[in-house]
Formats: sequence, structure tokens, C-alpha cells
Amino acid sequence: MRISMIAATLAAAALCSAAGPALPVIAIRNATVHTASGPVLEKSTVVVRNGLIEAVGPSVTAPADAWVLEAPSLHVYPGLTDAMSSWGLPAATPPAAGPGAATAPPPPARGPEDRPSNSSWVRAQDLVNPSDRTVTAARNAGFTTAAVFPTAGIFAGQGALVNLAGEKAGQMTVATPLGQYLSLSPRGFTSFPGSLMGVVAYVRQVYLDADAYRAEKAAYAANPRGARRPAYDRALEGVLESPRLLLPAVWAKELVRMTELAAEFKRPTILYGAHDAARVAPYLAKSGAAVLVSLKWPERARDPDPEADEALRILELRENAPAAPAALAKAGVKFAFYAGGVERPADLRAAVKKAIDAGLDREAAVRALTLSAAEIYGVADHTGSIEPGKIANLTITDGALFQTSTKIKFVLIDGVKYEPAPEAPARQQQEEKR
Amino acid sequence: MRRSLCLMLGAVAALSAPAADLVIQNAKILTVTKGRLDGAIHIRDGRIVEVAPKILVPAGAEVLDAAGMYVMPGIVDCHSHIASESINEGSVSVSSMVGIEDVVDPDDISIYRALAGGVTTANILHGSANAIGGKCQVLKMRWGKDAAGLKFAGAKPGIKFALGENPKRRGQQAAFGATTLRYPATRMGVEDVIREAFLDAKRYQAEWKSYRARPAGRVAPRRDLKLEALVDVLEGQRLVHAHCYRADEILMLIRLADEQGFKIKTFQHVLEGYKVAKEIAAHGGGASTFSDWWAYKVEAYDATPYNAAIMHKRGVLVSLNSDSGELMRHLNNEAAKAVKYGRVSEDDALAMVTINAARQMEIDARIGSIEPGKDADLALFDGHPLSNYAKVQKVFIDGQLYFDRQKDLAQRAERSTRRKVLLEKQKKPQDDPGRRGPGRRAE
Repeated sequence: MRISMIAATLAAAALCSAAGPALPVIAIRNATVHTASGPVLEKSTVVVRNGLIEAVGPSVTAPADAWVLEAPSLHVYPGLTDAMSSWGLPAATPPAAGPGAATAPPPPARGPEDRPSNSSWVRAQDLVNPSDRTVTAARNAGFTTAAVFPTAGIFAGQGALVNLAGEKAGQMTVATPLGQYLSLSPRGFTSFPGSLMGVVAYVRQVYLDADAYRAEKAAYAANPRGARRPAYDRALEGVLESPRLLLPAVWAKELVRMTELAAEFKRPTILYGAHDAARVAPYLAKSGAAVLVSLKWPERARDPDPEADEALRILELRENAPAAPAALAKAGVKFAFYAGGVERPADLRAAVKKAIDAGLDREAAVRALTLSAAEIYGVADHTGSIEPGKIANLTITDGALFQTSTKIKFVLIDGVKYEPAPEAPARQQQEEKR
Repeated sequence: MRRSLCLMLGAVAALSAPAADLVIQNAKILTVTKGRLDGAIHIRDGRIVEVAPKILVPAGAEVLDAAGMYVMPGIVDCHSHIASESINEGSVSVSSMVGIEDVVDPDDISIYRALAGGVTTANILHGSANAIGGKCQVLKMRWGKDAAGLKFAGAKPGIKFALGENPKRRGQQAAFGATTLRYPATRMGVEDVIREAFLDAKRYQAEWKSYRARPAGRVAPRRDLKLEALVDVLEGQRLVHAHCYRADEILMLIRLADEQGFKIKTFQHVLEGYKVAKEIAAHGGGASTFSDWWAYKVEAYDATPYNAAIMHKRGVLVSLNSDSGELMRHLNNEAAKAVKYGRVSEDDALAMVTINAARQMEIDARIGSIEPGKDADLALFDGHPLSNYAKVQKVFIDGQLYFDRQKDLAQRAERSTRRKVLLEKQKKPQDDPGRRGPGRRAE
């Protein structure tokens, strides 16, 4: 098995560099296939050709030209997808300010019209770097795909769905634009917006302005003669280009607040964070918002102040956060997972396992890391599950995913095989050993 | 969407679905508007339907024996900053685009503490960092409900203005590491900022008026949230609550409001109100002041604890407010000080923390006194509420029990145990060499 796969990889590498899409045909035979879109298929074969899934099922036979991998002990999953990430993107550049800064800080913003903390026109696909360290790290953890977003600023920019491999950035991009990433961080007391309510008012005014701008542009385009042209506004262009918006919301009160705010904008909305979502799951289901749950569960700070009097609600959030996905699933809310900074494969497995232990169905957990993200971003017609015709992004493991002992064997990205670096021991295991 | 959610937090929240009928028997009832009456209050579907010496208890009604207890209307606080995740949008001198309504914090424990002090309704104000601040939000202290469930539905909107030292401070010194100053730097400048803002608002109002008169074939003007809130003020649809201290600035604001054609609903703090009470009354403005809190800055020195009584006697609608999560818990004591300083009658003193505050928010048709037709917002004390020794025993909002002293005491042990269990569970190893050693780097 190993020999044939290495051969396949070599062949893939060789063919990849050639012009054209002549990738090797791969057949993974006798594996347990978790399709995400349908039932789990035992003793089945997945055929990958030309970077796409050609066939899947128990009665599928490997084509004559395929590299065959006998995999009776392996599990095949759709390529794991991080639903919100900044893998492969440059770290946000710190603002040039303070003593010794090359340039003077910008003057304080006087209101929404100055478009503070706004780079809505920035597109993740233009920033992504295939040789970024995080791309390899994510792949090692079994991820093939991520929805990546610029994250600096209140209007941070537009996301792209990227595959986590490629020689050139352009090869990585799967789908754009996904949506506008918003943070709600005030800019300090002296520059607008200097408070959470200022940020909310700012966001609201920008969306109002965007709709007015679109109307003005349409009126001008229809009848330019004798009319003053609307001034170009890149901040509004970026907002109008974004088909949906992503808003941060961890606590129940934030999930409700952001749902109500987004309802004013009449645009599809994705709420991210969502650790307290169990308390408002039926409400979220009714609102129709999609939810991204961070796998970085809240934890007690290391070496906390022993005198610190933590509110009971914070202790309860830590206790109950991993039950949020099960509650969302039960209420029928469309949700997906994002790593949220958890990077080591063992930690990721442990984080998902917590959600499963708290009541999330195992296959629902698989969906939350694969097909659900594709559905939320409206790209499920060509990725996210193991179905003929979809992009050949697959994650192959030596056991059921999220089991502590399970290892990632390899991933296929656009039909090309990548083997992970050996895993470092998990944090939890280390702690248990002590 | 707007329906309220019951977010049970394990605390004393809305304890149970109320029976349709509730009768509070044997109570000493301080109606505030109709004097004292010993008898019963009949509540149906959250409203007071009858207040009388004897009430025929309807079949199936829940009965509460309030023997030995005083019942007063739930306390109303016209100036509070609790239950909000931000207070000041201090970056600009006119921040009427922002509003407390967007950042209500239903998890703020101050709500419960206010409730435990008999408060049932509060006006949550923006801070005083700028001349025209943000929009206010009236809340009922329905602890356990979400933000929408706390909001006083149908309350008239408000907005905060501020005069004097606070709004000009950042024109004189750069704050928090900023290198630039913010206009204005003087009291003259504060006046100018407010005038300019209203001139802008009038232009905006005219622009929309013209568009609405003839919309066909035209693109609607851009909506400006900042100016919309000021147009509301000009059209009498939004109440102005103005932070002020000195007599001269109070007169300035009255003249400016007259010039621009709007009203000041309340002067907040208004420590020198006793000097210009006649002018405040003539403007039709109310005064929301402290009982005996002053001298915390230069403009707040020329004050007297007789302020409330003097303004009251001069015909100003006076309320006593908290402006503090702590003071908010004993506003009944603040009312008592108006009796002590200035011999205000007991009813008038209680009115200063109930019906008068409600009038200042224009919600007095709903709350502020114990009368048939009003919301059943009630505070039950074990003594006369103007006594320092009286403790709140139960608080009802819309006929529902939201605070019960006995239940609170009973739940303390339970909460403490739960805390201990969770803390123990979430404990981490004190030191974990694995995470600092080579294993950590091997990734």
C-alpha cells in the first residue's frame, strides 16, 4: 500500500508541474467512506480522476489506469474544512504609531463618513500565500480547505474559500467572495467609533450608505447626462461586493443582538464564536442565521489570580460551551466548526470530541467540519462531500475521526496527495501522563 | 424576532408563570398619587385592576398575604448607566447616531441589585463626555429576560445632552494618549456645537421634506442616523435629558432650545437648579437631581441638599436619581432625605422616585403609582420605605415576581456550591512542563 501510494505521489508531483490537468487516477478500495452527504459506506471505493471525485460506492470498481490503494482499515472523509480562518494570510500589520513611527498616525475619525477601520475592499484571495507556515500546519491537521478572511479592522475585508495546497496562490482559490468579515472592536476613546454602541451605529450607517450608494449609482448609470456623478467609495464597494456578513457573537446576548442588527441589513448573516449558543438555539433556528462555532473552547487562564472572583456565568460558559453544537444541531441551526486558533491535530481531535461527548452526533460533527461550511457559503454543489463530480478533497485516517488514537494518514487536495508531518503528542495526553 | 427570550441564568429570575389573577392582601398601600390605603391590590394579566380596602378574591386567584408590609409603586430611576455595555461615545462632540438600545446588557448583575432595591424601571442614559450624546433606553428590571425583554415597550425615546466641564474637557487636554484635541474647549463652544448640530438637522429635515413632497423620479436623500435623532427632537418625538450643573449653563440651554425650537425634558444633576427654578418651570422642564451628593468637581460645589425641595416648591417637576449602580439600590432613602431637607411631604418625596420620574420619561400613564389600569410594578417593604430600616421583600413587574428576598437567601448556598464544583472541575495543573518543554516545540 505504502509503495503504491508513494509512487502515486511521485507521479502526481511530476504531472502537476506539467502543463494541463493530467493528474493520476487514484482508487481507494475497501475503505469506510463518510460521504457527509449520505450514509457511511462500508467496504467502498472512491475513484479520483483529474482532481475530481469520479465515483464512490461499494460496487465501484477501480479503473484499469488507477493507482490502487487497498485500504480496509482506513476511513475516508471529505476534506476537512475550517469555516473561518486566516491560514495562509499575512499577519495583520500593527499600526504605525507612537514614538519612532515612520508615519504620523491618521487623524482621529469624526464619524462614519470617515470610514474608520475599514478595508472592506480587501480580498483574501489576493493575500493568500501558499508557502505560509500555517498552510502546512493546517494540512498536517487533516484540513484540505479553509474559508479565509482578513481580520484586521471593523470591516476587515472579504473572504475566499481556498484549498490548502498549491504552487501558486491562484491555484488555491476555490470560491469567492464569501462575505465581509466584521469585528466589533472600538478604536479607543478618542477616535470614532470609541465604544461598542459607536461601532454598531457605524456598521448600521455604512450599510445604509451602501444601499443609498447603489441606488445613486444605478440612477446615474441610467441617466448620466445632466447629473452629478456619485463619488467613488471603496468602503461601500467592498460592502456591496460581499454576499453575506460575518458578525462576532459568543454570548447569548451577543447572538441575539447581532441577529437583530443583521436583520436590519437584509443580507445573509453568519455569526461566529457561538459558545453560549445553547441558550438561544431555538431563537437562532427561527432567525435563519448560520453559525460558526469556535473549537477553541473557553478555558481558565493559566496561573489565574487565586483571589480573582470569577462570575458564575463565566464558569458556566466554560462548562457548557462544548454542548453548544449539540444544541444547535437539535434546534436545526446550520452550523460549522472553525479551529479558532487550535492548530495541533491532537488538540483539534480533543476539541471536537468534547462536543461529541456533550451530545453531538458523530456524523453531525463530520458534517460540521466538511459539508456544512460549503453549504453555509453556498458552494456545496462542487465541494464539501464525497460525491461524483465534486472536487477531490479528501482526508484519510486510520480510524474514526475524533477518536483520541486516530491519526491522519494523508489528505488529497485537488486530487494530489499530501502526507502529514509526524504528530507531536497531545497536550491532554501529556497532562494525563504527569 | 423581537419576542423576548427567557434566558434563565440560575439566578432569581421570573420565578414562574403567574396566575391570571393575583391579590395582595392586608397591605399598607402607598399609592403615591392617591395617598395611603390599607387593603388589597387586585392584579390581572400584569395590570392593576382594583385597589380597595376589601377585594373579593376571584376563583383561582393567587393570594399573597402582605400583613405588616408596605407596598409602593416600583421605584423609577431617571438617570442610570447600568445594563449597558458602553456608556460614552466620547470620540466626537455629537454622537446622536449611537444608542444604548444597541448595547443593552441583560447579564449585568446591577439589574438584579437594583431590583432588590425596589427599582422596576430605569432610564439608561449615555454618558456626559460630549455635548450631544447618544440615545437613551428605558428598561424594566426584568432580570432573566434578554435585551428585548428588558426594554420598556412603548416608552418615548430619549437622548442625552451634556453641558459644562465634561464635554469641553477633551478640548483642553488630549485624552488617553491622543495627540489631538476635540472641539469644544469652552462652555461657549459647547453651546456652538449644539446650535450647529440643530442647524444641520434642520437642513436635513428640509431635504427629506422636499423629497417626501415629490419623490417621483428622485433618489432618496442619504439617511443620516446622527441627524435623524436630532430631527426627532425638533419634532417632539425624542426627549432631551441634559446633564448640567451651573445656573448660567442651564439658562443658556433654555435660551438655545427656545431659539432652535425644541424642549428640554429634564435637566439632570442640575445642582444649581434652586437658583433658576422659576426659569426651569417656565420652560416646562423637569429636574432630576441628587439628594445630597455634590462637590466632586468645581462646577458641582455651589449645591445644597435643599435643592429638590426648593425646585419642587417653585413648581418644577422633580425626581431623585441614582447615576450609580450602588445608589440605585436605596433610592427610597434618597427620597427620605427630601423630607429631612425641606420638609417635603411623604407622598411628594415618594413621588420623586416614582411618578415624577415616570412623568419625566412620559411613561406615567403606565407606571409610577398604584392605580387601576397601571402596570403591576410593585415593591413590598417590611417597613415604611422612607425608613432606613425598611428592607425590600418582594418586587413585582407586570404582576410577575422578579425578586423575593427569602428565595434569594435560599439560593445563595446552592450557587456557592455550584461555583465550587465548577472551579474544581476547571482547575488546571499548576505547572505543566510538557507545554514548555521540547514536546511543545515539536509541532
